[in-house]
Amino acid sequence: MGSITLEHVNKSFGEVQVIPDISLDIKDGEFVVFVGPSGCGKSTLLRLIAGLEDTTSGTIKLDGQDVTDAPPARRGLAMVFQSYALYPHMTVRDNIAFPLKMAKMPQAEIDKKVDYAARTLNLASYLDRRPRALSGGQRQRVAIGRAIVREPKAFLFDEPLSNLDAALRVNMRLEITELHQQLKTTMIYVTHDQVEAMTMADRIVVLNAGNVEQFGSPLDLYKKPANRFVAGFIGSPKMNFVDGPEATKHGAHSIGVRPEHFKLSTTEGAWKGTVGVAEQLGSDTFLHVQTDGLGLMTIRTDGDQTFKHGDVVWLTPDPTRIYKFDAAGKAI
Amino acid sequence: MARRVSTSTKVGFTVLAWAVALLLFSPILWTVLTAFKTEAEAIASQPTFFPQNFTLENFGAVQDRSDYFKHAINSIIVSFGSTILGLIIAIPAAWSMAFAPSKRTKDILMWMLSTKMMPAVGVLIPIYLIFRDLRLLDTVHGLTLIMTLINLPIIVWMLYTYFKEIPVDILEAARMDGAELWNEITHVLVPMAVPGIASTLLLNVILAWNEAFWTITLTSGRAGTLTAFISSFSSPQGLFLAKLSAASLLAIAPILLLGWFSQKQLVRGLTFGAVK
Repeated sequence: MGSITLEHVNKSFGEVQVIPDISLDIKDGEFVVFVGPSGCGKSTLLRLIAGLEDTTSGTIKLDGQDVTDAPPARRGLAMVFQSYALYPHMTVRDNIAFPLKMAKMPQAEIDKKVDYAARTLNLASYLDRRPRALSGGQRQRVAIGRAIVREPKAFLFDEPLSNLDAALRVNMRLEITELHQQLKTTMIYVTHDQVEAMTMADRIVVLNAGNVEQFGSPLDLYKKPANRFVAGFIGSPKMNFVDGPEATKHGAHSIGVRPEHFKLSTTEGAWKGTVGVAEQLGSDTFLHVQTDGLGLMTIRTDGDQTFKHGDVVWLTPDPTRIYKFDAAGKAI
Repeated sequence: MARRVSTSTKVGFTVLAWAVALLLFSPILWTVLTAFKTEAEAIASQPTFFPQNFTLENFGAVQDRSDYFKHAINSIIVSFGSTILGLIIAIPAAWSMAFAPSKRTKDILMWMLSTKMMPAVGVLIPIYLIFRDLRLLDTVHGLTLIMTLINLPIIVWMLYTYFKEIPVDILEAARMDGAELWNEITHVLVPMAVPGIASTLLLNVILAWNEAFWTITLTSGRAGTLTAFISSFSSPQGLFLAKLSAASLLAIAPILLLGWFSQKQLVRGLTFGAVK
């Protein structure tokens, strides 16, 4: 079991309030991603759950039990760090076995579990190596192995893929998602990469300046963003925002249209503009269009389009997919 | 591009380096040579460089007059004892300063260092009186205690510097893996800091071995270390230069050898973390 409940959690470092007041309810077996720009407090929130930081006020419960004052060693959670944080003086085998040794498990059982974890993670032939003789991806696998052997109540991942190259990152992303499907253990995953958040999460917590902007499924966040911040943060490329008279026409303070929700024409449409940069990815083409009076807009179109710098285009937003926001940025 | 150095510059600097090195080494060389001379030759008004009548009798005389081995054993106990005791106190202290600092940590570190700036003689009277009242005068354990105390700031500082180089993530990982404080220190921190701890140990053994002020003032016959042993030969009745040299040579030989064999470790430890 591994349900995690945060009740009015507050954290200040001296005078600086990093997390003003957060309440969250994470169900057993859920894959929850904390996402937000750097400095939004997502890592701090994870460290509070881990017990590596003390809360200033509020309660943290694990399976209904208050663990607010319990040290990390007593919480039964496992964590995977961005820097891998392997023990450099121990072999891979000893690294993976360390939490079991700390739990005073009999040696025979430790060997069995380490071998099983090593086979699951394709590490069997590296067991006697030191971490420095491993590649980044292998190191991260060892860190994950060290986390899974002890069968924790929940896994905490602190930006585990940011030190890997792009191709490896996609592989490891899949591996972690598969691991979750296999183990069905609660996982909390911190990232600043909204693609990781969208692809991995059951539910996403979008954080901004220590506040929860929205907590919901990836598609909920994409389709029904609670406010302008979430609308701008979820989705890639970013949503286009328009203020002023054009927004007032739709009865809002500002409106937003995602790059993929435009109709593109060379002859007619709602907004006229000139193509600045055309980024051709093969499957898609991103056009950065300077519109007359409405600013720069990003348009996603199919890869066969051959617009180039200086072309005049007409943009028509899909009327059913225009997001409206009030003066405070809340969705209407 | 490598800098170009002309041959004459190279030769010039090499000669200069050797000259300075020999100048610094000459008193020790002179002591070594004198130890093998007779007393008469040692004080001859026309000094000789190499011993004319090579003799080992000074060493025998020294051992006969005051027991070299007793002093050597005292030196070993005091230097290693105080260093190990110091490490036992300093490792947890440096851990807390490096990984759980408070607002005052920097001040405490500076204050500890400042105690080394004060001349030792400034606290001679109080320390002497405390030792007298606690019956610690001329005892090996009393001397070990004072040596631990005077070297503790250096031990804490050195360990603190090494510990700062260790990524805190790794200690946090140990905490997440269920390690209580004791296991975190013994299984993770100490093994990772072995080079630093080793050079701290070596340096402090050398410092404690060479310490003369407190050893000479707080001991006499029973607990005297090798520094006290040397000073007992600079007798006021007359100069026995050859015997004094023999005693000095015997006293510095063990630590000189230790320093020689461990110099790689010492240099590595002292520059630990300087280059990643």
